[in-house]
Amino acid sequence: MAFDVRLRINDKVATIELKGELDASTAGEFHETVGKAAGAGAVELVIRAEQLGYLSSAGLRSLVFARQKMGDGVRIAVVGASEPVARTIRLAGFDHSIDLVDA
Amino acid sequence: MTTPDMRERIDGFPTHRIGPYRVRAGRPFPYGATPVPGGVNFSVYSDGATTMSLVLFERGAAQPSAELEFPPEFCIGSVYAMTVFGLDLENLEYGFRADGPFDPARGDRFDAGKVLSDPYARLISGREVWGTEPDWDNIYHYRSQVVNDDFDWGGDQPLRIPAEDLVIYETHVRGFTRHPSSRVSAPGTYAGLREKIPYLRDLGVNCVELLPVFEFDELDNPRTDPVSGERLYNYWGYNTVSFFAPKAGYAATGPFGMQADEFKTLVKELHKAGIEVVLDVVFNHTAEGNEQGPTISFRGLDNATYYMLTPRGEYYNFSGTGNTVNCNHPVVRDFVLSCLRHWVAEYHIDGFRFDLAAILDRAPDGTPLPNPPLLEQLAHDPILRHTKLIAEAWDAAGLYQVGNFPNYGRWSEWNGKYRDTVRRFVKGEPGLVGELATRMAGSPDLYQGRTSSASVNFITAHDGFTLADLVSYNDKHNEANGENNNDGADDNNSWNCGEEGPSASSHVRELRLRQMKNLLTILLTSQGIPMILAGDEVGRTQLGNNNTYCQDNELSWFDWGLVDANAELLGFVRSMIAFRHAHPVLRTSDHPTGTDRVGSGYPDVSWHGVRAWAPDWADHCRVLAMMRCGRHAKSGSVADDHVYVAVNAHWEAHDLELPALPEGQRWHLFADTGTTVHPVGAEPGLQHPWRYHLGAHSAVVLVGRTADRDDHQTQKENHRGF
Repeated sequence: MAFDVRLRINDKVATIELKGELDASTAGEFHETVGKAAGAGAVELVIRAEQLGYLSSAGLRSLVFARQKMGDGVRIAVVGASEPVARTIRLAGFDHSIDLVDA
Repeated sequence: MTTPDMRERIDGFPTHRIGPYRVRAGRPFPYGATPVPGGVNFSVYSDGATTMSLVLFERGAAQPSAELEFPPEFCIGSVYAMTVFGLDLENLEYGFRADGPFDPARGDRFDAGKVLSDPYARLISGREVWGTEPDWDNIYHYRSQVVNDDFDWGGDQPLRIPAEDLVIYETHVRGFTRHPSSRVSAPGTYAGLREKIPYLRDLGVNCVELLPVFEFDELDNPRTDPVSGERLYNYWGYNTVSFFAPKAGYAATGPFGMQADEFKTLVKELHKAGIEVVLDVVFNHTAEGNEQGPTISFRGLDNATYYMLTPRGEYYNFSGTGNTVNCNHPVVRDFVLSCLRHWVAEYHIDGFRFDLAAILDRAPDGTPLPNPPLLEQLAHDPILRHTKLIAEAWDAAGLYQVGNFPNYGRWSEWNGKYRDTVRRFVKGEPGLVGELATRMAGSPDLYQGRTSSASVNFITAHDGFTLADLVSYNDKHNEANGENNNDGADDNNSWNCGEEGPSASSHVRELRLRQMKNLLTILLTSQGIPMILAGDEVGRTQLGNNNTYCQDNELSWFDWGLVDANAELLGFVRSMIAFRHAHPVLRTSDHPTGTDRVGSGYPDVSWHGVRAWAPDWADHCRVLAMMRCGRHAKSGSVADDHVYVAVNAHWEAHDLELPALPEGQRWHLFADTGTTVHPVGAEPGLQHPWRYHLGAHSAVVLVGRTADRDDHQTQKENHRGF
């Protein structure tokens, strides 16, 4: 599945929908989107990951990037990640940067 | 004043093209592969090479995708440096190919047929899943990878717990949770160990010492089990392949190249729990072995620089494993120092334990140096300034330096004499009362002029019997190692308590339990840094195998079922550790002198026997009691109780006369290894104020403090009992 990222902002809640594979080649696009959400003053960031097939090392780092870009006061939730993706996030310890939420 | 325009560097573009790759002259420092804007900077040193190439692979590919020879103008000194632009870091594996003379008699062993691993590689692929058979025809096994050192540490830093306050727990990343009974989500990994942090916290240890975690190859052991025919492993990992890279096979996320993150997360979480991390590091030899060994990296880059060679160009073997790292060569010193700095700065490691550290003070020709530059450099290095440095102060060629390892006021030592003395005393050997006293006081005979933290006290370690086996076996039983029981130490100072191996006799089992408690009581009340072998707190057995370096199975793994099965022993150990933490008088940094230095009316340490104030140093005696005066705690800077520890290694019980306490104080029973242990701070007062009946093969720990209300109650009850 080709990578696709979409941003919606509703009432200061930013929702980023991810599709495909988040890796070194696509992380830049995701970072730009996170930057837009931060620029819009979002107080919560929801990352819809139901259609995210794979998360590489660079993809994981993107979650930390999001945390640092948004600041500590912003809740970041990754929603609906598949079990392999969620497991990788947990084992590598990145679940401390974000909230993992079932869909 | 105008502000200079710092928006853009002007070296972020290529100047040369090699095939399809755009490159420019790199920076010689730092060595290894470093991400830079737009590309990766590669830097490698080789003094003897005639040409050097950077070899690039797509991840997992059998053949390289490119070989970029370093142009002559990219070389400064003997360092080859090149920045390559436009690389996909996640799918990149790299190595070097060095051409040069093959003249072993002169020390040169260049082989242009080999792709060499980068000695400074921060990440290694090729063995990502523990025990998985690789393609042995692969031209490049241990593949260097580039890593982004951008972990989010938050506010974490090394903990800097005072050395004298440490309780070290020696464990193996895989063995700690590999057993199915661990019930962690990723058994045998950094993540698995992280899930067991609550157990460590409850146990009370504040430092874990991990057996080697630098990348090694668990499959480099050619032996098989003589009975089952199954493969034997290099399970312990004392055969380093790559010194800057965490073992990928210990990471659940290793297949995704995230072992660095997973390990850092472990360190960060341990720190949050107040637990330091010490790494067991092996700088005395490498996995390249002797002339018959594989060429992985150093041998093909500068053999005579990295290894100690005889005048005929053969490998010296002070390590007992084929080669010896040339630690005091200036280039190698720089390598070792950079490596340790890397682990402290990038991984927040709190300390190192150096395997066969005596080799670190040998000159290139093997002669021990009085003032070895490497050790001096490590002791004074700015990054390592507060890092714990612990030496295994001997090597495999007879250099034994316990007590005189060059220390610069910084180094601690595994105190092998402590281990031997305590083992021999507790098993009942005569003539050891005097030496036991010296060992319990922090071995001032060995470490005069140094703090008592110079002594890392231990009774068991990964190498040798476990505690349960020490009291269950007279002899080693290493048949499963495939060497006809010829491997492993013969001199174990063990006693099986009457029967070799598992016993159905309740008498034998009770005696063994008591002996384990006796040993731990001495360990946790001695001055110096105590170290416990993981699993000893629950009586882990290796069925008499005292050298399980190759056993990746239940023999080595921590069986978590023992937590319930041996709950009594575990409870005892937890209590003893809590007692040590509660009583600073046991953790004083200065050695005791046997004199009253604070005007308390009591010496800082005093020795007793069956009679108070009358220790019996005679050969036949097997009873020793030590009293520590609480007013001397931490050299008189904090207040503590009196602590009295008596050990009876005799096969008969003895009535001990207790030393009198200051007016208004009385003795309270913390633990008797033959009966019970009480919660710290809630110890009941003794029935008899100055006499204690200590059973055969038993130890007792008493606390002398002011009688409180509960005590009066106890006294009344006791009175009624008379």
